[in-house]
Amino acid sequence: MAQKGVGRRDLRARKLQVYLKNNWQLYALLVIPIAFVIIFKYAAYPGMRIAFMNYKPAKGFDGSPWVGLETFEKVFKDKSFHTALRNSLVFNFLDLIVGFPVPIILALLLNELRFDRYKKVSQTILYLPHFLSWPIIASVMLTLFKPETGLVNVALMNLGIIDKGIPFLTEKWHWAVSYLLIGVWQNMGWGSIIYLAAITGIDGQLYEAATIDGAGRWRKIWNVTLPCIRGTMVTLLIMNLGRVMGSNFERLDAFGNVQVKDFQYQLAIYIYEKGLAGGNFSRATAVGLFQSLVGLILVLASDRVAKKLGEDGLL
Amino acid sequence: MQAKTAKKTSAFSGVNRIRVSDLVIALVILLLSLTCILPFIHVTAKSVSSNTAVMSKSVYLWPKGLNFDAYVSIFRDGQLTHSMLYTVLVTLLFTVIGMFITICAAYPLSIRGLKGRPVFAFILMFTMYFSAGLIPEYLLYKDLGLLNTMWVLVLPLCFAPYNMLIMRSFLASTIPESLYEAAKLDGASHIQTLTRIVLPLSKPILATLSLFYAVGRWNAYADAKYYITAKSLQPLQYLLSNMVLNSGNDAISLAESAAADTTPEVLQAATIMFATLPIIMIYPFVQKYFVKGAMIGAVKG
Repeated sequence: MAQKGVGRRDLRARKLQVYLKNNWQLYALLVIPIAFVIIFKYAAYPGMRIAFMNYKPAKGFDGSPWVGLETFEKVFKDKSFHTALRNSLVFNFLDLIVGFPVPIILALLLNELRFDRYKKVSQTILYLPHFLSWPIIASVMLTLFKPETGLVNVALMNLGIIDKGIPFLTEKWHWAVSYLLIGVWQNMGWGSIIYLAAITGIDGQLYEAATIDGAGRWRKIWNVTLPCIRGTMVTLLIMNLGRVMGSNFERLDAFGNVQVKDFQYQLAIYIYEKGLAGGNFSRATAVGLFQSLVGLILVLASDRVAKKLGEDGLL
Repeated sequence: MQAKTAKKTSAFSGVNRIRVSDLVIALVILLLSLTCILPFIHVTAKSVSSNTAVMSKSVYLWPKGLNFDAYVSIFRDGQLTHSMLYTVLVTLLFTVIGMFITICAAYPLSIRGLKGRPVFAFILMFTMYFSAGLIPEYLLYKDLGLLNTMWVLVLPLCFAPYNMLIMRSFLASTIPESLYEAAKLDGASHIQTLTRIVLPLSKPILATLSLFYAVGRWNAYADAKYYITAKSLQPLQYLLSNMVLNSGNDAISLAESAAADTTPEVLQAATIMFATLPIIMIYPFVQKYFVKGAMIGAVKG
């Protein structure tokens, strides 16, 4: 018995040897990216322990005292953290609600567009904002929407519709609307690609059958196209829900100014201002850890839900 | 008969004549497209107009008092042109290194029988969903001596797990198993198979991902804000945000160095267009590669 076991183990070891001899190059290739993420990403994980310390940059990791959950307690009592958390959740949620249907509608319209050349050109134009950086978009928008000299206000005043410039980007309620709409605008073209791809995959016979049944154009959109891309819609919606904690620092930073601080102050800004700019490393790390953890849980949960509904998950 | 000429996947099939609804749809698309292009035409017009025209708010979509003084002073100032060249260098390094690492990861992970494949994929992708956060990463890059060097803009971000996923699903779906077997029978090693068979067949996806990397790097500036204080090492987008958005010291210095014949308004417009034009100029030619990448990413992202 024992000998047989050894023999089997021998055989397995030899098999592994042969396998490695044939495939070592694949593992050699893999070493490069893995070393890379270890050096530049995983090596930062131990640094998260400063969320549980009273970290003083001058004293370093070893000289700073452990304080347990004290930093977290302070954070959760911190009024500005509440503001940042509330703003992050509200704005990301609104982004989702306002931003989700637009690419779908755009994809439906583009799909129905019958002038091929015109369609190609307009698609090219509609994808463009996605490729421009937030500083470019913000500075262009600022040029357009300045209360005194911006094109939009000047045009509206010349037309006699308003007699005082509207502070689109410099008063917080106006800013909230502008910020959201600019986000939708920036992403609508690019977001429509996924739906257009899904629509292309629909079986043409379904439309023929619908035509025979006497369905008109809108009826076919409602009863054929939309049900056929439902899977894509559900997956994307759930995946976006999973990202409701994260916020885009560059978008917020580019559109930030003193007058709109109340709304622009979101978690990414909180972490940057308290941490790097303010030197309170422990608190910023604690908030970052909180954000990462909740974000991870949300992504995992949304992946679960998507798979439960029979759609492709993310993971 | 006519039904055959109609597009198969469109809800429109049947008669082949243009209806009112077609025109309405075309009009809506036209309006949306205009919102994407008019802002840039306006800023361009402003950047090449005369002061007086801009000050009197009479420049809409067509320049008045055409002149290029603002651009001349940008080139004379040299700050933005230097930053542009520097950003090109950073972007090139970033893209080349990023692609190399992505290929090294995607190729082995696309091979079906690879032992330990899920573990390796997990290690590479986990960082996408759980990051250590700003401060721990800042401290790490400080320890690595990367702060205030060009490399902090290149190394930390130059491997994107998402791009690896796109490449992996491309390889898994387009390269037939039989090709690998044929290469094996001919005695090719894995690396030979990669360089002689797989890569030549993946040119479209290589182009797409290179562009994803390049545009991503070109547009990003948060890391520069976090990790770089030296002015000569700041990428173009960061400089733009400092000059136009925060209207900090940079805005004044450029305006001062410019001759008195350009107002900040015109100069700002020219600065914006200076940073925008490179993308707008290459964009129409590379756009189709992006769309391809987005489609593959959509299948399994």
